[in-house]
Amino acid sequence: MAIHIKYFASLRDRLGRAEDQLSPAGAITAGEVWAILWPETPLPSNTLIAINMEYAEPAQPVHDGDEVAFFPPVTGG
Amino acid sequence: MKVELRETPFDPLAELARYQADQQAMQGQYGATAIFIGTLRDYNEQRSVTGMTLEHYPGMTERYLQRIVAAAISQWPVLDALLIHRYGALQPNDPIVLVAVWSAHRSAAFAACRWIMEELKSKAPFWKREQTPTGPHWVTHNTPG
Repeated sequence: MAIHIKYFASLRDRLGRAEDQLSPAGAITAGEVWAILWPETPLPSNTLIAINMEYAEPAQPVHDGDEVAFFPPVTGG
Repeated sequence: MKVELRETPFDPLAELARYQADQQAMQGQYGATAIFIGTLRDYNEQRSVTGMTLEHYPGMTERYLQRIVAAAISQWPVLDALLIHRYGALQPNDPIVLVAVWSAHRSAAFAACRWIMEELKSKAPFWKREQTPTGPHWVTHNTPG
């Protein structure tokens, strides 16, 4: 099992990839997922986070098998 | 209620007429229909726009659109609502979004239609990437409306 990570739009372009996988040793939050994957890149302040397609805060826990998405402010309509 | 994402261009007025004609339960009940159609301009913030790619998050986008429309129907005395939103490659003049709300009286239809659009613009995961004569760029924020 693992945590599946997705990046969208300008954030994906900036990072240079659309997806990641992570198998952390213990309990972890969405913010920690980012910090482990991008230790030299602070999470941009306007980044939105979704866990299993529901908006979430950085402190929210992430579990095995979850999908975590990071993306910039939305601009539909 | 119907919520749909479309990859190909659509005719909002034809969609509206077809949907309305198909809703048997609503016939004779609605006195007000509020409609919003968002269309791609050929300019944005002093720049010429030659096209746009609209990215979305498959699964999450549909979920939030459904939830927003359902919430509007439960908040106002609305008889029915229709939402169609494009994604993919768009050209200037292409309709981007159609919101239609039917109610007995105008107040609920106007309010719910406006609310759906504002909610959609702040919550539904879509991202616009405009093509301009000097190259493509991501749209970073919504205009005030």
